[in-house]
Amino acid sequence: MLTQLEQIEKAALDALKNVQDEASLEQWRIAHLGRSAPLMQVFDQLGKLSKEERPLIGRRANEVKRGLDNALAEQSEAMRQAALARTLTAERLDVTLPGRPIGRGRLHPSTQILRQIYRIFADMGFQIYRSREVESDEYNFEMLNIPAHHPARDMWDTFHTTAPGVLLRTHTSPGQIHVMREYYPQPIRVILPGMCFRYEQISARKETQFNQVEGLAVGHHITFGDLKGTLSDFARRMFGEQVRTRFRTSYFPFTEPSAEMDVECFLCGGKGCGVCSGTGWLEILGCGMVHPTVLRNGGYDPLKFSGFAFGMGPERIAMLRYKIEDIRYFWANDVRFLEQF
Amino acid sequence: MKVPISWLRDFVDITLPLDELAHRLTMAGLEVEEMTLVGLSIPSGPLGADGRGSLDTKISGLSWEADKIVVAAVSEVMPHPNADRLVLCKLYDGEREHIVLTGAPNLQHLKGTGPLPQPLKVPYARLGARIYDGHQPGQVLTTLKPAKIRGIESYSMICSEKELGISEEHDGIIILDDEAPVGLPLADYIGDAVFDIAILPSTARTASILGVAREVAAITGQPLRLMPGFFSYSAEGPSIEGKASIQITTPELNPRFVLGLIQDLKIGPSPYWMQRRLKLAGMRPINNLVDITNYVMLEIGQPLHAFDYDVLVQRAGGKAPTIITRTAEAGERLTTLDGVERTLNDFSVLVCDTAGALSIAGVMGGAESEVSDQTRNILLEGAAWNYINTRRTMGAQKLQSEAAYRFSRGVHPAMAERGVRRGLELMRLLGGGAICQGLVDHYPLPASDPKITLTPAEVERLLGVPVPVEQIVKILESLEFACQVTQTPEGASILVQTPDHRLDIGNDLIGKADLIEEIARIYGYDRIPETRMADALPPQRNNPSLEREERVRDLLVEMGLTEIVSYRLTHPDREARRVAPGTPPEDKPYLYLANPMASDRNVLRHSLLSSVLEAVERNIRLRPRLALFEIGPVFMSSEEGTLPDEMQRLAIVMTGERDLAGWQKADTEPMDFYDLKGVLEGLLSGMHLSALRIEAVEHPSFHPGKCARLWIGGQPLGVFGELHPLVSERYDFPAGAVLAAELDLTSLLALAPERYEMSSVPAFPPVLEDLAVVVDEIVPADRVAELIRQAGGRTVTEVRLFDVYRSEQLGTEKKSLAYSLAYQAPDRTLTDKDVAQVRQKIIRRLEQETGAKLRS
Repeated sequence: MLTQLEQIEKAALDALKNVQDEASLEQWRIAHLGRSAPLMQVFDQLGKLSKEERPLIGRRANEVKRGLDNALAEQSEAMRQAALARTLTAERLDVTLPGRPIGRGRLHPSTQILRQIYRIFADMGFQIYRSREVESDEYNFEMLNIPAHHPARDMWDTFHTTAPGVLLRTHTSPGQIHVMREYYPQPIRVILPGMCFRYEQISARKETQFNQVEGLAVGHHITFGDLKGTLSDFARRMFGEQVRTRFRTSYFPFTEPSAEMDVECFLCGGKGCGVCSGTGWLEILGCGMVHPTVLRNGGYDPLKFSGFAFGMGPERIAMLRYKIEDIRYFWANDVRFLEQF
Repeated sequence: MKVPISWLRDFVDITLPLDELAHRLTMAGLEVEEMTLVGLSIPSGPLGADGRGSLDTKISGLSWEADKIVVAAVSEVMPHPNADRLVLCKLYDGEREHIVLTGAPNLQHLKGTGPLPQPLKVPYARLGARIYDGHQPGQVLTTLKPAKIRGIESYSMICSEKELGISEEHDGIIILDDEAPVGLPLADYIGDAVFDIAILPSTARTASILGVAREVAAITGQPLRLMPGFFSYSAEGPSIEGKASIQITTPELNPRFVLGLIQDLKIGPSPYWMQRRLKLAGMRPINNLVDITNYVMLEIGQPLHAFDYDVLVQRAGGKAPTIITRTAEAGERLTTLDGVERTLNDFSVLVCDTAGALSIAGVMGGAESEVSDQTRNILLEGAAWNYINTRRTMGAQKLQSEAAYRFSRGVHPAMAERGVRRGLELMRLLGGGAICQGLVDHYPLPASDPKITLTPAEVERLLGVPVPVEQIVKILESLEFACQVTQTPEGASILVQTPDHRLDIGNDLIGKADLIEEIARIYGYDRIPETRMADALPPQRNNPSLEREERVRDLLVEMGLTEIVSYRLTHPDREARRVAPGTPPEDKPYLYLANPMASDRNVLRHSLLSSVLEAVERNIRLRPRLALFEIGPVFMSSEEGTLPDEMQRLAIVMTGERDLAGWQKADTEPMDFYDLKGVLEGLLSGMHLSALRIEAVEHPSFHPGKCARLWIGGQPLGVFGELHPLVSERYDFPAGAVLAAELDLTSLLALAPERYEMSSVPAFPPVLEDLAVVVDEIVPADRVAELIRQAGGRTVTEVRLFDVYRSEQLGTEKKSLAYSLAYQAPDRTLTDKDVAQVRQKIIRRLEQETGAKLRS
């Protein structure tokens, strides 16, 4: 009987070596571990054996069965692994083929620059105040210390409407008056973004409409030093931490003293290049201390309050940052331009 | 304003290198846009203390090499043996004698006259000198090389102005003054540089050499050199009394009028030094009389006008002329010096005599009383005009002149008398003649030069840096303000008297600000330290409308749309294309521009739909798929006031293939109504807007069967759909559906809730089930879904339409709608019995309300 068990085991294991696929594995299982398999017949005959023989043969038969069960499991696992390896090999891709195109949306470059300006000034406590694009002569000029026929009006070529005294704002500065009248007597720190208009022949450098971001700070102790500090902080965040600024005397009717802030050309590091016309400096914004007349028109007593104001062009900043050579791209809405941002 | 350095040196010593001076002027508000070298050199190499960042000024022009371009003397002009037009000059350059060949027409008359009695001083360029080519247009550099011209050796040259970069003139060589020292480098004799300075509206006082010299003096700490007696003259003629009189009718427009008279003047060319200065300053020399009026204007900033006195006497019928200043009568005409007959406005001021108008005050003279070569006696006008009115006249007449440039920015009345004095004396010196004693001076509205009290504390309050009283006084005095310091218990106080050459200083508080600006710019903006605001932070506020608008932008970009920004200006015809032809015009009138830049952009837009459709037109052939949006205002003329209503709108446009095709299979079917609706649903859910209603409507822009209005609550928010084929035809679109929406963004944002609640993620699994019902074709799908939700109550957590089916079996005018439903309870797993109950309720409700039949 023991010899028979040895033979059963050997025959089964030998047969297993030739098994290559799931079907023959199943056949093998039926043949060697199935109900009518020789091993099972040994179990069936156990009852006929003597008391002495039964435990011995029984133990051995169980050993053989365990061995065959394990062999079956091993073989099954090996075949699964081999099949998987075959599949993985067959599924190998050309990873250099292009990806599936995604119709990605984009924000207009002006929006992107505006948001960056908002963020930087928000961190300094400036909040956003918007006002209308079609304005009265009173708010666009007179309240800002620019009386009718004043030579300073030459600074703004204006689109007038056929309604008397109604014009397209030439700058966001009328917002200064709106915000002061609304917030008086609280201190003020706001930026005033928005579209402005100039009666100008359109060229690579000049547009009839453009965004402007005005800034206004009004308080009891605001100084020219604060103006310089705030705007230099802005320039360092917008153009690079190492960037230097300088303030040149300038003239705006609504500020005094007035200045132009230049930023050291961040493209050439101040050495002079095509973008800065060889000067090493880029004109970025106009600024100054709020003129007493303007403070007064806003409701603030210039003896008790002081303030500073500034104005910059997001499109100009975008042009410098992305080397955009023609301002006409901005409102032409050509997707070949817009898709680059 | 072009400022020759040599002229500037009449009034102030230049102690800084020219490039640094240009930088300092620029920083102080006199932007030197360009420096043109006319002989002088500037040190090369890096500029500024640290070698960077001070290159401000564009530098151009020619430096004359000291060893190659010198003063020389021509002692004889001889004929050229082989050419009639050329001459040979015997010339001494301080080292040796040369024979120099030239074709200069201004030497032809000396040809063959033998040794000259007085040698001619000329600029001489030696072999190897770099000069401009006289025969080429513009300024082309050339180096002198030996050549043989008509058989004669030539290696050097006597120069014209063009060759040296002084002017464009190449008609003859320069003849220098007799005193010119032979052998001296020409650069040391007449070498120059010209600053081109941009004059700000506030610095009209610097539109003169003297004005710039004042600034240079203040900036560099040098004294201004204005000789005592600079404005005096030597009058040897008879008294002016009885020879002319003045009547001013409107002193507000003409505060002062001064006349001087000079007799027996000889008109002729002005001396070379004056011509050269005028040319460098950008003016063309005419004759000594005209040149002197221009010279004085450039030098001190006071425009002058010269009348032919004899013409005026003739016009007055042989009597002494009376000059009258008055505003023009409506429709009055005058022919100005430029030959144009002008119809004048009633606000323009005229200078007249008893016979009529002579000139437009401060702007341009009339042709009739113009001086000529025969003029002997000159009545010289120096006046002050109201600058606002002058500017208004310039604008109305579209007339520019150097005089008007200055008068329209403000010239102090004190300068009128100084100008006449300076002009008369120069005329006497350069044209002979006798100046009549005295001036006729009417000054009905004397200038009140502001007196302002200023304290160092006020300066510090605005600038943020303490400036000692001594320094404030020094700065102000350097600009010719008179200062009187008083010590008070509160500190020093300065009484500042404005000098009588500037009109830009106000009174009181404004005057203080004006003075502080003067102090700051001379002190140096760069010396004021940067600080961070120490003031109280204002109340912090959100800006919900902007924040929500930005959220809308982000949501649309997330869904694959690209933002565009269009022109606010358009034309009614451009916008009319957005509706089918024959549709009646809108009820609201456009706001028209009075001065459009382009005829096709003459109104403010009414429609954002129109803007995005134009963008599609531009791009549709560039890409297989377009999905664009714009956020911005439209402008509706308001009935209440003159300012229009500005309404923030959102427009979306989509057209082309649904997916972008790559190398794999993609859904390249054209997008339809439901693609657009999907974007709108995504947007509205992103804004957490609920209580939406979509209603089929007809709209002149859209396909009558593919158009809907969006409602939230009781508020219509706009219309969307597929463009009407007749509208598509009006644009340059290829065939295919264009989907578009125009929404009232202001209302949409106002309706968006500030807060919303999340619902808890269910802990128990849902029972999923499909439900298909057959309804009449006219029953809207969202009505069915709504009824399912209502009947299902809180147990039905999801209702999703997944199939719409029509067939003959169902019957005509019938459709099957299949929904996938989720039943769920927050606290337990629902049993089949629970679900069956709810399902029954739903079916019953659908039957009752819509006649729906359950589809088996």
